[in-house]
Amino acid sequence: MATTTAITPVKYWSGGKSPFNVEYGKLMMWYFLMSDAFTFGAFLIAYGTTRFATNGWPNPNEVFSSYPFKPEGSSPAPLIFVSIMTFILIISSVTMVLAVHAGHNMDKKGVVRNLILTILGGLAFLSCQAWEWTHLFHEGAWWGRNPFPNADGTLSTTNFTNFFFTITGFHGFHVFSGVVINIVMLLMTLGNKFEQRGHYLMIEKAGLYWHFVDLVWVFVFTCFYLV
Amino acid sequence: MEQHSATTVLPHGHKPDAAVKEIWKVTGILTVLTLVELGLGFWMMGMQDETTKHFIKGAIIILMLAKAFYIVGYFMHLKHEIRNLIMTICIPLILFAWFIIAFLYEGNSYNNLKNKYNGYYKEHSSQHMEKKEEPKPAETKKPGAKD
Repeated sequence: MATTTAITPVKYWSGGKSPFNVEYGKLMMWYFLMSDAFTFGAFLIAYGTTRFATNGWPNPNEVFSSYPFKPEGSSPAPLIFVSIMTFILIISSVTMVLAVHAGHNMDKKGVVRNLILTILGGLAFLSCQAWEWTHLFHEGAWWGRNPFPNADGTLSTTNFTNFFFTITGFHGFHVFSGVVINIVMLLMTLGNKFEQRGHYLMIEKAGLYWHFVDLVWVFVFTCFYLV
Repeated sequence: MEQHSATTVLPHGHKPDAAVKEIWKVTGILTVLTLVELGLGFWMMGMQDETTKHFIKGAIIILMLAKAFYIVGYFMHLKHEIRNLIMTICIPLILFAWFIIAFLYEGNSYNNLKNKYNGYYKEHSSQHMEKKEEPKPAETKKPGAKD
């Protein structure tokens, strides 16, 4: 008898148990993120399809080759600024995971500290993006306007800027929502909401969303800046 | 209500110290993968050979998928969830395999057809485009730019 119970797996579907072994809100967050993944996937695949259906494409290393307070006349610096943005987002993801972990241990102080760091990381990322958009705008790039020729010097289309601003804009909007959600979480933590509930599961749901934003940036970064 | 749903969920086996260690380990892995990606990006910059370039791009995409695996698996904790949940999330995402292959193939085919049958498209896209300004000088507002 003892051996059979050890071998038979837990019957999650026979009733009386949570079949996914997570609470309702977390499961729904996963489903939402899956649908969001399809939205971003559709955007990025549309970008890829258009790129495959066009003869030339601007070289990202020529387009994205500046950073704030760059000395005038210095040589172009591709990939520098965007790698800083990438690291900001990765580090803010780490502080978020530490906040979730502190929540597991009912460590209010740890949650507050790491949430503040995560919010600062998100704001830093948004500031970087605001700077980059402003810079590109002053170079003449916007929806419907593309001053950058193709990599081989031929006439380019506005698809490049349209996709860039739409997709990084949609991602930036997600970062912004994530920062707002994290601020709400911080206020709820400071108001002892989770202490009263006896658990910090809400932080986990916010954490899932924040990691997803980081995950999307991994794809956006690769598709627009590297490849 | 919240209380109820939280207590019916079975505990996820995790020792506190091991969890923090794992977080830092994954952070290290993500940092290294990003640095390798950037290294490949810099290496690719001056390259003329298109075939090698394509291989490097393939390597970058594999590294990107590895990063995605670590973020979803460890930061989002999916690797430690039960099989039911993992499958519910992962199986629908298999659609992306079809989605990507079909659409990129379609885009490429469309381009070939345009080059073959649309003389205007071919001529237009091989015209030379003047760089409006060198990125080096100070950014002055362009006369054509709308505000």
